[in-house]
Amino acid sequence: MATPNSEFADIQGLLWSGYGSLKQACFLLLRVTDAAAARAWLRDVSESVATVEQLRREHVGRAMQIALTADGMRALGVASTVIDGFSAEFISGMAGEEGRSRRLGDVAASAPSLWRWGGAQEPHILLMLYAEENLDAWHLQIEAGLGNGLAVLHRLPTTDMGGMEPFGFIDGVSQPRIDWSGERVPGTSADLEYGNLLTAGEFLLGHRNEYGRYTDRPLLDPAQPGAASLVVAEDDPARRDLGRNGSYLVMRELAQDVRGFWRFIAAQAVHDGDRIALAEAMVGRLMSGDALAPTRGQPIRGVGPNELDIARNQFTYDEDRDGLRCPFGAHIRRANPRTGDMPGGRQGLVTRLIRLLGLGHQDLSEDLIATSRFHRILRRGREFGDRIDRQVALRPDAPDPRGGLYFICLNANIARQFEFIQNAWLISAKFDGMSGEADPLLGNREPMPADHRTDGFSMPQPSGVTRRIDGLPAFITVRGGAYFFLPGLRALRYFAAG
Amino acid sequence: MTPQSCFMVAAPIAPGQETGLRALLATMNTAPGAVDPNNALVPFARFDRLHVARFVILHDETLDDLRLYGTTFENPPVWLVFLGDCDGPAEAMLAEFAALAGAGLTRIFGHCEGFSRGGDLLAWMQGRSVTPATQYVNWVGRTVRQIREEAALHAALRDRLQRGAAAFEAQSPLEVHRQLAASVRQDGPPLTPPAPTPFPWLASKIGNMIGVPLALLVLLPFFVLGAPFFLWELRRRETSDAVIVPRPAPEHVHSLSVLEDHDVTNQFSAFGIVKPGRFRLWTLLFIFWVLSFSTRQIYTRGRLARVGTIHFARWVFMDDHRRLLFCSNYDGSLDSYMDDFINKVAFGLNLVFSNGVGYPRTKFLLSGGAQEELAFKYFLRRHQVPTQVWYKAYPGLTTADLARNTRIREGLEAQTMIEAEAGRWLAMI
Ligand code: HEM
Repeated sequence: MATPNSEFADIQGLLWSGYGSLKQACFLLLRVTDAAAARAWLRDVSESVATVEQLRREHVGRAMQIALTADGMRALGVASTVIDGFSAEFISGMAGEEGRSRRLGDVAASAPSLWRWGGAQEPHILLMLYAEENLDAWHLQIEAGLGNGLAVLHRLPTTDMGGMEPFGFIDGVSQPRIDWSGERVPGTSADLEYGNLLTAGEFLLGHRNEYGRYTDRPLLDPAQPGAASLVVAEDDPARRDLGRNGSYLVMRELAQDVRGFWRFIAAQAVHDGDRIALAEAMVGRLMSGDALAPTRGQPIRGVGPNELDIARNQFTYDEDRDGLRCPFGAHIRRANPRTGDMPGGRQGLVTRLIRLLGLGHQDLSEDLIATSRFHRILRRGREFGDRIDRQVALRPDAPDPRGGLYFICLNANIARQFEFIQNAWLISAKFDGMSGEADPLLGNREPMPADHRTDGFSMPQPSGVTRRIDGLPAFITVRGGAYFFLPGLRALRYFAAG
Repeated sequence: MTPQSCFMVAAPIAPGQETGLRALLATMNTAPGAVDPNNALVPFARFDRLHVARFVILHDETLDDLRLYGTTFENPPVWLVFLGDCDGPAEAMLAEFAALAGAGLTRIFGHCEGFSRGGDLLAWMQGRSVTPATQYVNWVGRTVRQIREEAALHAALRDRLQRGAAAFEAQSPLEVHRQLAASVRQDGPPLTPPAPTPFPWLASKIGNMIGVPLALLVLLPFFVLGAPFFLWELRRRETSDAVIVPRPAPEHVHSLSVLEDHDVTNQFSAFGIVKPGRFRLWTLLFIFWVLSFSTRQIYTRGRLARVGTIHFARWVFMDDHRRLLFCSNYDGSLDSYMDDFINKVAFGLNLVFSNGVGYPRTKFLLSGGAQEELAFKYFLRRHQVPTQVWYKAYPGLTTADLARNTRIREGLEAQTMIEAEAGRWLAMI
């Protein structure tokens, strides 16, 4: 069985890196207007798609990545029997069903009917361009080369905000680490505790996932046209694996109301220090990037050895059970609760059995959130709009910077990873046994049935009386989104061959 | 304490009546998946002892799976089931339905076989009542009234804390507790003390508590003797039983997902065939016997093994033990429900569902099965049937809310408390 690191040449570079050193980036949303011409174009550009192999070997000054939606595959002429092998969420699309929109919180002002793109205006191909410099010229050249097979649906230019997102926080501090060497054996007693090292199959199709299984993807009969160039499926040697080394790419355009955010906060606290502290409580990290929860002495699998990583990520919330340091509702505590498979971590066999039967613990909320390892994503977002300072945002005459985040993440099972995090952890007003509050940054603040509110934010205090803020406005609005497939290089050539 | 009980009326739909019945049931909703609690047919909101209720048409699309087991199911009835959970005896609940919603129920059941419009509705329903093989109640003794009162209490306390925040900050938690307790005594909201526990219920529970372990003890030698044969036969079947887990059709998934995520709680109804033969059936009967003991004696306070998000659940045999119905009411989306199943109680689901046709391969009844993540998810989704009408008496409230509110009430009524306890109590509010 091949380990993931022996296939670096088949994997798009985005799985390895967010191209942080390539400060300029632009995303193009394309639609296929002529299948044959589009395939010819795809064949040409597939030669210049950056791979992990390349990133590891040499300095890369510019990089191109390509991903496709299910509609895009259809438009390129891929057989529906092949497309049917992808996951149901991918085929249906981010805005494909009302039920999905409800679960993702894409309602009211964030409803797909109001989006700029995605849903009714579903893109076919996502072309991602990253460059150290001279992006514009390259971009023009690329567009000129599109030919008559493709039309630009939207251009999504980005802004380099120096590693910060528009509210002013450092982003991209915590990421899961992929076990490239294929050494990890998931499901052992080590997983009773939180770990940050995950099997490649959580992000790459065709490899073992955290259940030790293979996530569904199209497996083709080698006699099918084009299939012979694909590799044999590890779990089904009679068939060829179109999913191998590919990943689902989730992209959402999230407009951030930077002025609204800081103005709301300013109305809650007079002193600048208190304001910052409140914003930091909402995020769960200091503006500098350090976590609010205390770091711990023992190492965590997949954190370090880099000093900065240890300082910022060697923590779980076990050391902050009452939420006094980092509120339960803080964005990063929701987005990754850092729990192991069983509360209490490693333990003897008897204790484990007792806990398995649900007999050991008294506190009902203790076990609500478990097994974070099945719900992780690799984030690859980029910012857009003007960057303005918090002080400027507070001025009455401050212009709207129209800032936001092109939220991008990679995962192998959209339902279990991205959708789960968004639905059960971020948007849920019932996360971790709380009530009346969704994610302080992301919540759409729409009330639930029977008028239960979702617009609060609470911060437990040592005195016992929780500090509670009500009436949070929506700080972000979804303005577009789609589920893409970021194929391996062989698969990309398969799509190009038609 | 008032114990909860469950009712279920099941009747085959008369030939040619299914479409009309679906249309009629749809009139009870404001939108698919969103019931009108005051609908004209069965105005659920008027029944203040009713926790949850549903109407489901059990139209099983998976019957052909049986062919892979070398048999068929001729002329399967399409059942209409009306089921729910209530405070106090189920018989009284049915009588109340007949009295207050007789006309609507007559219209509904008029689509079923053997229903005569002029007849005695209550007697007809009683004649078609089905008891479950196992039932589960999240918190035995917690009534609808208590749930509503405690939710009002939580809201009132939160409000009073918020409004008096400045003054309270300077006081000790114990002092704040004392003041809040006094304010509730004076201005409400009212809290009804629990009713006395009915003696027959208690007696039967104690009998069960002693009887089942005793019976197990007596049977133990036979189990030990029979174990090698049982395990040998089990493994033989486990390695050869057909696994049928295709991905469910998108239209089927859609018909289910339109009904979901309108509230923080969802319903789940699934229907399947028990693997043919006595071996599986007797295994299943034994497992249900033990499970019933555990849900009656052990899992009565907020969780079923490690899963705390289920309000009510039950397994019911249908068609002379040939088919099995599973119904539950759970918090969160179906995906998180299934993840809880897989990650926390895979062994428990395997025990029961591995005796159903098509289930992913298990090992010794306990391992494998649900751990085949996608196969298991497909299996559940494929056997799920749309629930035409579903009612819950307290929308917006999860089991975690209910448990917290109960603890807040207990804390409020506590006679003695130390400073640290008072602090934790305040933090819950
Ligand atoms: C405009 C919207 C958003 C903003 C401003 C934002 C901001 C942030 C910030 C400042 C951090 C801390 C830095 C770090 O730990 O890397 C963070 C972490 C994170 N965010 Fe977001 N985020 C947004 C949307 C989302 C969405 C939509 C998701 C997922 C569905 C998400 C998932 C995460 C995750 C998984 C982490 C890392 C948590 C950890 O591992 O400890 N974020 N975000």
